[in-house]
Amino acid sequence: MNGRQLITDARNTWCPGCGNFVIQHALKAVLQDLEKEGTSLDDVVLVTGIGCHAKMADYLNINSFYSIHGRVLPVATAIKLANPHLTVIGCAGDGDAYAEGLDHLIFAAKRNVDINLFIHNNRVYGLTTGQYTPTSPLGFKGKSTPSGTLEYPLNPLELMFASGASYIARGYTRNQPLLKKTMAEAVRHRGFSFVDILQICATYFDIHDVYDRYVYELSGHDPRNPAKAMERILEWDYNNPAPIALGTFFERDIPTFEGRFPRQPAIPTDRMRKIRGLLDGYR
Amino acid sequence: MPEYSILIGGKAGEGLNKAGIIIARIMNGLGYRVFMYYDYPSLIRGGHNFSIIRAAPHRIYSHRGGVDFLLAMNRETLDLHAHRRGAGTVAIFNSDAVKADGIGLPLSRIAKEEGAPEIARNTGIIAGFCGASGIPWEVLEGTLRREIPRGLESNLAIARRAFSAVEPVPAARIATLPRTEKILPVLTGNEAAGLGLLNGGLQAYVAYPMTPTSNLLHFLAGIPADLELTVVHPENEIGVMLMALGFAYAGKKVAVGTSGGGFCLMTEGFSLSGMSEIPVVVILGQRPGPSTGLPTYSCQTELHFAVNAGQGEFVRFIVAPGDLEETYFWASAALSLSWKFQIPSILLYDKNLAEHGYNFDIDSVPPLPEMPAMAWDGSTPYRRYAMTDSGVSPLAFPSARGAVVKVNGYAHDEAGITTEDAGMVTRMQEKILMKGEGLAQDLDVMQTVTATGAKGAGDILLTWGSTAGVCREVGDALGLRVVQPVVLNPFPVKKVREALEGARRTITVEQNATGQLEKLLALHSIRPDGRILKYDGRPFALDELEARVREALP
Repeated sequence: MNGRQLITDARNTWCPGCGNFVIQHALKAVLQDLEKEGTSLDDVVLVTGIGCHAKMADYLNINSFYSIHGRVLPVATAIKLANPHLTVIGCAGDGDAYAEGLDHLIFAAKRNVDINLFIHNNRVYGLTTGQYTPTSPLGFKGKSTPSGTLEYPLNPLELMFASGASYIARGYTRNQPLLKKTMAEAVRHRGFSFVDILQICATYFDIHDVYDRYVYELSGHDPRNPAKAMERILEWDYNNPAPIALGTFFERDIPTFEGRFPRQPAIPTDRMRKIRGLLDGYR
Repeated sequence: MPEYSILIGGKAGEGLNKAGIIIARIMNGLGYRVFMYYDYPSLIRGGHNFSIIRAAPHRIYSHRGGVDFLLAMNRETLDLHAHRRGAGTVAIFNSDAVKADGIGLPLSRIAKEEGAPEIARNTGIIAGFCGASGIPWEVLEGTLRREIPRGLESNLAIARRAFSAVEPVPAARIATLPRTEKILPVLTGNEAAGLGLLNGGLQAYVAYPMTPTSNLLHFLAGIPADLELTVVHPENEIGVMLMALGFAYAGKKVAVGTSGGGFCLMTEGFSLSGMSEIPVVVILGQRPGPSTGLPTYSCQTELHFAVNAGQGEFVRFIVAPGDLEETYFWASAALSLSWKFQIPSILLYDKNLAEHGYNFDIDSVPPLPEMPAMAWDGSTPYRRYAMTDSGVSPLAFPSARGAVVKVNGYAHDEAGITTEDAGMVTRMQEKILMKGEGLAQDLDVMQTVTATGAKGAGDILLTWGSTAGVCREVGDALGLRVVQPVVLNPFPVKKVREALEGARRTITVEQNATGQLEKLLALHSIRPDGRILKYDGRPFALDELEARVREALP
C-alpha cells in the first residue's frame, strides 16, 4: 500500500492543545519518510499500551497492537523476534513504561532488541484523571497525593543508560522539527531506541512555560562518548530546575537480540520423522 | 504375572532422578511396561530424594506403597522407607555409609578407586540391583552406554565390580519377558506435551521457569535447530504471556508453560487473548497451593481457576489429559483449535504427569483431524474482526500486502478500532462467544471422554487428569468402570452422560480437598454418590487407592 491515507476515520478525543497531536504529526512524518525511502508501511507495526498516548493505535492507519497497560515491550519484542523484517514502533506513556511495565523496559534495553520506544512523558496520569507518575516532581499534588508526592521522580534516561540501551534521546512536543528528527534517527538506529518525549498535559499538568525556559538542543555533543552522555543525562533530574537537553544523548552499535537468535533455513522439515527420531532416544 | 517395584533413595543433588530413569529403562528393555514416581523436596542439595520404579507386563500409571528392592545411598533411605519393606524385600546399600542387614556394597571406596565422581556410586548400586535380581550384564551395560554420556568407562568399571560382587538372590529373580510386544520409549508428560506441540506446528515457546513445567522449557530449548522453534525465557510470566500474543499476532504458533502461581500473573494477558482473538496455548502444570505451597509435589486444584481465569466472558478450550498419548494428542489439538477459533487453550496437567516417567506409544495416538485456521484471501479489504456466520474472522499478519492488521484489547469494531457503541459492543461480545459453538462441534468428533474398565459395570470411578491412570488400574483390578472427561471446557456433558449410563454408584476420585470435578459436574446436574479426595501432594499409590475404593464401594 503506497501513499496511503495515514489517519483513520476514528474520532480524535485528545484534549485541545494536547501534546499527543504533535507526537502524532511527527510520527506520521517519520512514516511518510520511511515510505519514500522504500519501506512498505505494510512492514511497520505500532504497539501501544493504555492511556491517552495509546489512542495512536486507533488514529494511525497502520498495523497496530493496542495492548494493555505497561505491556508494550513484551508484545513489541516478540513481534520483532517473530519477523525481524518488520519495523516495530512502541508508543507508551510514562505510567505504562516507568510504573506498570518497568520490568519490561529494563529488559528490552538489556536485550537490545531492535524496536523503537517513544514515551509520551506528560508526567501525570491523564486518562485516570490526574494522579502522579514515576516522573512527577517531588511534591506533585495529584488526586492520589493531595498534599504532594513524598518521593523523587526517576530519571528515565539514567535508568536506560544503566540498563544498556543502545540509543537514548529526549524530545519535546513544543519543538516538533527536532522531535521528528530525533524519532527518525531512533528508527534508523539498529537496536533498542529509547526516546523520552516531554509532553504537556493540557488538562492536568501543563508546564510548558518551565520547559520553554529550560530546554536547549544538544550541539557539539558526541553521543558515542558514554562519559559525556552520562554528564548530559545527569544535568536535569526531572525535579529541580536545570537546563534540559534535547536530542540524542547516547548511541552505540552492539548486536541485536533478534540477530543473536539462530535463524534456520526455511527448508520444510518432516516434523513427524524428527519426532520419531527424538523418541528413539527414550527407549 | 510378575511385577516389581524398585525404590532408589538418597540425598538431593545426588542424581536420583537420573538413577531412577536408568532403572526404568533397564526394566523397559527387559520387556516390562514401567512407571517412575519421583519424589524430591524444593531444594538443590541435602534433602531426601527418591524414585520408585514399578514394572509390570501390562501398561501401568502408578506406583505401589510397598517395594521389592530398596536401594539406599544413605541411612535415611532405609529408615524413611522401612514401612515399604515386605518379607521378601531385598535391601542394597552403600556399606561405606550404612551398616545394616542386606546387601552392602562399598560404593564410596569403589568409586574412589576407579577415580570416578561420587555420583557414580549410583551406577554401582544399580549394578548391585541387577546382580541381585539376575538381570543380564549385557542389558545393564547397554543401558549405561546409552544413558551416561560422560565418564562412561569409569562408570562401567564401577558397574562391573558391583555387579560381580553380588550373588543373585533366587527369590528376587527378575525374568526377561518374551518379546511379544514392541519396546516403548519412556518419557515424562512434559516431553510428551513438547512433542505434541511440535507435531501441532509449534513455532515459538515462551516460559519463565516454574516447577513442574520447567522441564518442558528445558526440553524445547534443547531440541534440534532444524525443528525451527524459537524459545524465549523472559523477565516474568506477565512478559511471557504478552510475548506469546506478540508472536501469534505476527503469525507464529505459540505456547507458554507455567504452574498456578505463574498463571496468576498471566491471567491479564489471557483475557487479552480472549478479547483480541489472538490464539495461545497455556501448558498449566498443577502443584499444591495456596501460594508457594508444595512446589515439587502434585495436585488437581486449578480446574476452576483455569475455567474462570481472566476478566470478562470469552471462549476458552481446556483439556486435562490422563496419560502420555492423550497429552501428545491434545497438545497438538489444542494448538490447532486455538488457531482455528482464535481463542486461548489450556492443557491442564500436574506434577504427577509432568515429571513422572511413563511408556508412550505414538502409534496408538489417533490422527489429528484437519483444523485449518481461516486465512484472509485478499479479495476484500481487510478487517481483522470481520463479522462471519461462525464468529471467526479471516487472519492476516503484519507484512501482508494491502492489509492493515489492527488488534485491540478494548471493545472494538470490525476494523479493530476502539468503540463504546452499544450496538457494536453487543455484536462483538456475541461474535466472540459464537466461536464456542464451532469449537464444541469440532470436539464432538474427538474422544473428549475416555471410558475404560468393565464397560457394563454399575460401579463407576469418575475422575480427571493424571488420576485417571491409577483409576484405570484399580478399575481393572476390581471390575469397575472408569470415566474420565478429558475435555473440561466446553464440558462434553452429553458424552459424560452416555459414559455414565447404567451407573449404580458413581464415585469421584480427585487430588484436591474440595472436589473440583464434582463442582463442575454439579453445574451440569450430574451428582455422584461419593468422593475420594487426597490433598497431601502425593499422587495416589495403587494399593492406597484400591483400599479407599473398597471402603467407598463396599
